[in-house]
Amino acid sequence: MVIEFHLNVRSGVSPYLQLVHQVRQAMRLGLVREGDQLPTVKDVVSRLAINPNTVLKAYRELEHAGLVAARPGVGTFVTTTLSDASLAAHGPLRRDLQRWIAKARQAGLDDESIEALFGDTFRSATEAGVA
Amino acid sequence: MTAVLQARGLGKRYRRRWALSECTLAIPAGRVVGLVGPNGAGKTTLLHLAVGLLSPSAGAIEVLGGQPDSDPRHLGRVGFVAQETPTYSALTVADHLRLGAHLNPGWDSQLAGSRIEQLGLDPAQRAGKLSGGQRAQLALTLAIAKRPELLLLDEPVASLDPLARREFLQGLMEVVAEHGVSVVLSSHLVADLERVCDHLVILVASRVRLAGDVDDLLASHHLLIGPRRDLATLPDNQQVISARHTDRQSTLFIRTDAPILDPSWTVEQVSLEDIVLAYMSQAAGTRPGRGPGLGVQR
Repeated sequence: MVIEFHLNVRSGVSPYLQLVHQVRQAMRLGLVREGDQLPTVKDVVSRLAINPNTVLKAYRELEHAGLVAARPGVGTFVTTTLSDASLAAHGPLRRDLQRWIAKARQAGLDDESIEALFGDTFRSATEAGVA
Repeated sequence: MTAVLQARGLGKRYRRRWALSECTLAIPAGRVVGLVGPNGAGKTTLLHLAVGLLSPSAGAIEVLGGQPDSDPRHLGRVGFVAQETPTYSALTVADHLRLGAHLNPGWDSQLAGSRIEQLGLDPAQRAGKLSGGQRAQLALTLAIAKRPELLLLDEPVASLDPLARREFLQGLMEVVAEHGVSVVLSSHLVADLERVCDHLVILVASRVRLAGDVDDLLASHHLLIGPRRDLATLPDNQQVISARHTDRQSTLFIRTDAPILDPSWTVEQVSLEDIVLAYMSQAAGTRPGRGPGLGVQR
């Protein structure tokens, strides 16, 4: 099995989104590549004691995003490799962020305020994206 | 989507006390439904009405399209595990399976046998000598080997240790994955429900307080923290479930389907447990004269 899912019930993030994030994260880090099979619904369910619909919903969402494809009767397979393309984007994004941090310091924000502002903006952007 | 369980104005009265009243509910097929609420809220009464152990005093309940108390045939399509997961203590595990095969026309003896083997239960063991976890697993095996379309469980894991509880829920979820059975499960253990349920019904003081798909409920409830605010100034589409105020700050638990645009609020995501607690304490605290002790209504 290529990855093993875990669940944090205290996070407030719905379980299916946690599974989606974990697959994306594993793809981004290059742990999961094109052709790899995701755990079967029954495997995930019997390991985590979670609702099978949660797993199905997560896999459907990944399918919609074009990251995986279901082969009926066989399983769900990863159809792309994320890490190469996105790793290349890290450099420019990091430079953008460094510039933004410099600007925030110039405006008189201390480290804590910068972190709070980033975290808050990130959360509300994530929520807007989810809803 | 068709409803496996539909209640319209359903009520059950014991002498002068309404154990359940004006319960209107439609539970869609293919879900695992968590039924939560304080003790005495009517959870067991609702489940007993659904299997026909009780008859309604008011309204109607339909289960898989039939009336449970008047149509015993369709009870074969409903599996029920009562509170404390009762078994016959003098009978062996094998006796239980034989009994199940005799009493249920659609009995799947292969499923029953392989589950008992998988659980490592000794068929010659008397049920009275089994551990709590094993007894619960035996009761679950009996309920699923009749191959029901709907499985009702009344606090099946309440008396189990955490490991036995997890194993029980793993078994239950495997059954759901393999056979697509709909499940209604009552429990106090919200952390468990958060894992296994995709639909939630909150019963408080004999009434349905909230019912819906878990993802919708999580997406539509928010905790707002900000400068002190008069509740009358909130937008109409924000329903306040609970509110706390200090001199300067307001903390609101709200339900809304619209985005929260007011920049003065810090918006926090809530968990299923937060939602359950907010609705349960709303009923206990904020409505004088309608508390859980006052069951006599209408």
